[in-house]
Amino acid sequence: MTVQEIVEKLELKVVAGRSGLHKEVTGGYASDLLSCVIAGASEGNVWVTLQAHPNIVAVADLLELACIVVSEGMEPDEETLGRANESGIPILLAEESTFTLVGKLFQVGIRESEDADQA
Amino acid sequence: MQTLLADLHVHTVLSPCAEIEMIPPLIVKRGHDLGLDMIAITDHNAAGNVVAVERAAEGSGITVIAGMELQTREEVHLLCLFDTVDQVHAWQEVVFAHLPARKNEPKVFGVQLIVDETGDLLERNERLLLTSSDLSIDEAVEMVRGMGGIPIAAHVDRRAYSLLASLGFVPEGLDVAALEISRRSVPEAFLSVHEELREWPFITSSDAHRLSEMSASMRFCLQKPSVREIELALRHRKGRRAEMLA
Repeated sequence: MTVQEIVEKLELKVVAGRSGLHKEVTGGYASDLLSCVIAGASEGNVWVTLQAHPNIVAVADLLELACIVVSEGMEPDEETLGRANESGIPILLAEESTFTLVGKLFQVGIRESEDADQA
Repeated sequence: MQTLLADLHVHTVLSPCAEIEMIPPLIVKRGHDLGLDMIAITDHNAAGNVVAVERAAEGSGITVIAGMELQTREEVHLLCLFDTVDQVHAWQEVVFAHLPARKNEPKVFGVQLIVDETGDLLERNERLLLTSSDLSIDEAVEMVRGMGGIPIAAHVDRRAYSLLASLGFVPEGLDVAALEISRRSVPEAFLSVHEELREWPFITSSDAHRLSEMSASMRFCLQKPSVREIELALRHRKGRRAEMLA
């Protein structure tokens, strides 16, 4: 499944990183502690978080995540969006909570990556 | 130049998690016993007891740094240190406008007491203080700077409520004066696993929630006790020096 398909199925709003919408999603991860994401998320994952700080883009870039879903109606600032556009990492906004978004992702077939580091 | 001992992170009974013994005269007495010259009062998201500690410290030779431990919307704890009570009260007004309207639940979190210089109760702060403001760390840093204060990222070695836990690494260009290592870590052990942070100025402080936790955790060599001088010392500029004692 591609990022674009997730956008359509979950009716998410794309606010940055459109050049990465074609990327294939390998699995999912959810956490608001970026230190945990660095340790636990895998390449190609969709990451659900309510953090909107510019560091989310750096973490996604570092781990080569497929996209970031920002939950709870949180709005990333211009710097975050600018960096996401530069890195081609889609930022997708949703009003729903992380709980609901993860449930919906699970329903459409996204699972935690098997190679996820359990550290 | 003067050599001054400091503890730059001390809570009072305004912090719901602090012990009831954290009242102004006892904090000053403990500071005196430790040989402290500077004590920063840093309650969670509030500064209502700074003036009382300052009054209690009159004549003791101890300078009270007017501070607060802000919780940003990223759940990062940020020490905000100012020179005057007026400055920290102005900052408190800003922070209160950015806290949720929820009330504190003393049975869950503890009481939040505003006291006078003798420790007698004046009033209770009814807000929920143990929660995040909706200020981002970048906004908070810029605003504290704009109001003449210095921001310090609190206990970056901790696994919760710290810059490194919440945001993974120090954001590029973040204008904090220093990073704080809590008393739970040995600075050199922390740095050995965070080599990338070696160029940062560091402080250690007690983050005291009880009197026995207070400590002479920093030694400064500076012209006079002020936040500007503290920052110069942390950067080892103009002959000023700062040294961790943990």
